[in-house]
Amino acid sequence: MSVRAFLFSLLLLTAHQGSAQSFAGLGEDADGFALPVRGTDFEFPRDHGPHPAFRIEWWYLTANLQGDDGRDYGVQWTLFRSARAPRADETWLSPQTWMGHAALTTPTGHYFAERFARGGSGQAGVEASPFAAWIDDWEMAGSDTLSALTLTARGADFAYELDLEAQGPLVFHGDGGYSVKSEEGQASYYYSQPFYTLTGQIETPEGAIDVKGTAWLDREYSSQPLGRTQSGWDWFAFSFPDGHRLMAFELRDSELDDYQAGSWITPEGVVTELGPGSFDAVPLETTEVSGREVPTKWAFTYPAQGIDLTVSAINPEAFNDLVFAYWEGPIRYEGSHEGVGYLEMTGYE
Amino acid sequence: MFWHAFLALVSHWRRQPLQLIALLFGLAAATALWTGVQAINSEARASYASAASALGQGTEQRLVGEGPIPLETFIKLRRAGWLVSPVVEGRIGDVTLLGIDPFTLPPTAASPNLTDDNRLDRFLSEEGLILANADTAEALAGFDLPPIETAANIPEMQATADLTTAWQVLGTEGFSYVIVTTPQPRGLTPLAELAPELSQVTQESAGDIANLTRSFHLNLTAFGLLSFAVGLFIVHAAIGLAFEQRRGMFRTLRALGLPSKALTILLALETFAFALIAGALGIALGYLVATALLPGVAGTLRGLYGASVPGSLTLNPTWIISGFAITFAGATAAAATSLWRVAHLPILAPAKPRAWAMASDRARLAQAGLGALTMAVAGIIAIYGSGLVAGFAMLGGLLTGAALILPLALDLSLRALSPLAKGPVAQWVFADTRQQLPGLSLALMALLLALAANIGVGTMVSSFRATFTGWLDQRLASELYVTAATETQAAQVRALFDREADATLPGRATQARLAGAPADILGVVDHVTYREGWPLILETPAAWDDLNAGTGALINEQLWRRTGLEMGERLELLPGWALPVVGVYTDYGNPEGQAIVAQRELLARVPDISTLRYSARIDPARIDDLRSKVEAIGVPPGNILDQASVKAFSLNVFERTFIVTGALNVLTLGVAAFAILVSLTTLANMRLPQIAPVWAMGLTRKRLARLEILRATLFAALTFLFALPLGLGVAWMLLSVVNVQAFGWKLPLLAFPMEWARLALLALIAALLAAMLPAIKLARLAPSRLLKVFADER
Repeated sequence: MSVRAFLFSLLLLTAHQGSAQSFAGLGEDADGFALPVRGTDFEFPRDHGPHPAFRIEWWYLTANLQGDDGRDYGVQWTLFRSARAPRADETWLSPQTWMGHAALTTPTGHYFAERFARGGSGQAGVEASPFAAWIDDWEMAGSDTLSALTLTARGADFAYELDLEAQGPLVFHGDGGYSVKSEEGQASYYYSQPFYTLTGQIETPEGAIDVKGTAWLDREYSSQPLGRTQSGWDWFAFSFPDGHRLMAFELRDSELDDYQAGSWITPEGVVTELGPGSFDAVPLETTEVSGREVPTKWAFTYPAQGIDLTVSAINPEAFNDLVFAYWEGPIRYEGSHEGVGYLEMTGYE
Repeated sequence: MFWHAFLALVSHWRRQPLQLIALLFGLAAATALWTGVQAINSEARASYASAASALGQGTEQRLVGEGPIPLETFIKLRRAGWLVSPVVEGRIGDVTLLGIDPFTLPPTAASPNLTDDNRLDRFLSEEGLILANADTAEALAGFDLPPIETAANIPEMQATADLTTAWQVLGTEGFSYVIVTTPQPRGLTPLAELAPELSQVTQESAGDIANLTRSFHLNLTAFGLLSFAVGLFIVHAAIGLAFEQRRGMFRTLRALGLPSKALTILLALETFAFALIAGALGIALGYLVATALLPGVAGTLRGLYGASVPGSLTLNPTWIISGFAITFAGATAAAATSLWRVAHLPILAPAKPRAWAMASDRARLAQAGLGALTMAVAGIIAIYGSGLVAGFAMLGGLLTGAALILPLALDLSLRALSPLAKGPVAQWVFADTRQQLPGLSLALMALLLALAANIGVGTMVSSFRATFTGWLDQRLASELYVTAATETQAAQVRALFDREADATLPGRATQARLAGAPADILGVVDHVTYREGWPLILETPAAWDDLNAGTGALINEQLWRRTGLEMGERLELLPGWALPVVGVYTDYGNPEGQAIVAQRELLARVPDISTLRYSARIDPARIDDLRSKVEAIGVPPGNILDQASVKAFSLNVFERTFIVTGALNVLTLGVAAFAILVSLTTLANMRLPQIAPVWAMGLTRKRLARLEILRATLFAALTFLFALPLGLGVAWMLLSVVNVQAFGWKLPLLAFPMEWARLALLALIAALLAAMLPAIKLARLAPSRLLKVFADER
């Protein structure tokens, strides 16, 4: 297991932060990895595919589901790419590494699995056109524009198969997709497709259930996503019933102020950037899960849009107890608005 | 009273320090040999268990193909959802290199620690990184390899690298096998549909090793028990003697009012104390014995079975406890009869030290009858029993039975020999010898066991060595053996051999499952080397012609014995390919089955077989020249072997195999000699009443002493005569029963009279030395003590 822990520590790459900044202006860090540059235009479908020159990248999909049994469910499908060197050989010596996480959350259960793959072998990868991202038999594939996707994954005790259809455009966070992650200036390229509706089937040890719901795809790549002293993050995604979307994250910092950012998204895809101090997320209750205290009930306020919510995890035990362990699960909220969303919390030890 | 009685009892040992030493030494030696063997066994077992948890060793499901598994097949399986992990396996010298994929390696397989120092980065880099434990790293030092780092959790003689590194080092492609992880996701397409060309096998190499080596450990255990039994003879003799010598003291103590129960308890406590001291001593000695023998055992296991056991020992409480337990059990067994007699002793029993073990003719007959019965049971086991344990039970029965019969046999022989005695002195010697027999019989039984075991094991080892050497001479007919690193090299080697050598013999082999167990199939070309060099123990009239025509297969003895195939019966070699068995060849030292077929037939069915191995027939004078030409091609020097070094290596493996057996043999014989010494010393004191009259009649003490030595030598010689057929019986059982079970091959029993003569001489010298001390004492005995015999009230 130590191997994988290390693989993931490459993914988190706190080790290379120091030197990275001084080279930021050159668009390349000390190890030759590319750095995000403000004002760069995206080019699709190319940019839906992998960017081996960047150290890390992910295709991150979360979905809120309602079963025909009336219960709430959540699904996660994530493919991470991490590189030991900014090359993309098509051989088994490729420095690219892939990691997949899949999870299915029910009000009473949380099922999850992980996969690892060597780059260049074909066991995992992403093709921009026709779009396909896969690791083993887990796959997210569909149109070049990502407007329609099929999503599959399975583990020893769960499986799901979902059809997704985008009801709005791609949205770009930060400054046109250049998303700053700390006061020190660490940044990533970050865009999303938050407008999916979906239908499909999930399977747990209790049986198969037909589901429908909404989904949110995040695309992010960078070579230095976190500041040195940043210990973890809390990431919220709200899918309001009126079609608005809100994404807000807070990077917890052991020395500096916690760093906040986010996007307020209209149903048409118009983005308003949330700067530091624009919202407030206060833990109300914690749950002990896998030996850690994790906040599973929050008070969330975003005064600019009159949003004042009490957010609760649908299943407080939605902890991905994997090599890299974190909390990821569907949420419900009430207050100024009612609805569902997703919450991700990392760095709780 | 109790305390004073105890002091009185213990005072005996102060007066008889030699007896005390004999008792403690006997018990300690017995415990030491037993504990040493247990320590070795438990170390080996622990090592198998740790190997079992390591990659490629435990019980795991594997997919194997008929050749290397292509990368695409692995990807296809992963893309279908199967959690599988590829492994590249090959050898660097004696070391197994496992190329792994750290990304898919199941969490149950103990993976190397890669978290230190950016190790993973280097492990996955193009240059690569090989991990091995310190010993193995040393063994790899001579090879041209990527950087090696030590990692303690990797089993002996195994190295781990990334599979890309393994490909590069081994010059191979594809995967040797694919591990199938559990649990698998739900609802997968069956493997048989996805990859019908692969077969799923349950890899139980650890189980195989445990099975294979079971016989070896049983062998050691049997030896340990034998040594223990021999040691107990000494203890029994010493305790029994002390009992007899203290009869007067017992009577006095009882007469003074000590209850018989208290006396029994005191004697039991005494035994207990001895067991405690001797046990501790024995365990410490056992640890030393094990430490000294373990490197040999490790060598043996590696050579014979490929099982890796570290050459160093860790202290383990189980065998300490088992050591004490067996010491107590042994001491109790040895003291039981004496204690029983003390408990039932009439209060005023005569204090006459009758010969304490003096058995009547009837008792001797009864003992011999019991011995005959034991041997009969051994015979029944021989006929109806099967398996290794039965084999050893049979050996045990034979040895015990023979030992029990020995006193009667010796008595009868002495009786038969007595007419040879001319003159009164000679007649007296014979009579006195018979008189002495009961007191010595236990020691002589010990000697018999030690000698028989020596002859048996010695004959087995020598037969094995002779057969093995002859077999090597025939089998290793080629002068030069080369394994090319790449296909290009292989082609160059082939061209070179075709040009320069008298004959080129390409070696082609594939792994397969024959009769349900892993085995190799060798493809050979038609060449006189094979016809001449592969001794067949069973063959059809045109075996080699059938083989070369592709209409028959030869199988090795191991496979033949396991399957019980008749000549002409068909054996399935690969799915859909079966050939009649046309012959059986000996294949010593190979734990697995093997079959030989015509090479072109094999290549037609397994086209992607590795073609890297060649051997050449060449004038021995030109070997060096050819060797340097092969080296010039770029073949790693470690991959070029000449006949002489292969032979030397094989024989070295063989010699190491029996080092332990030899060492235990010597130890057992030493213990038996000591038993004789103890018995003679103690008898010497008791026999004064017999000697005094002869001395009074004019025989000098010196002459009497010489006669004593002669007598001991006579006993040893007679015992040896009985031990010889017994030892040959043991050898036969080892060669024809135990070896077949343990290794899968039967060896001819060869006679080695010179070895027997050497052993006979050794036995005589041992008896001579053992008799020397009592004899010297007798020669220097104060005449007053002899005179006193007549003065004493008797």
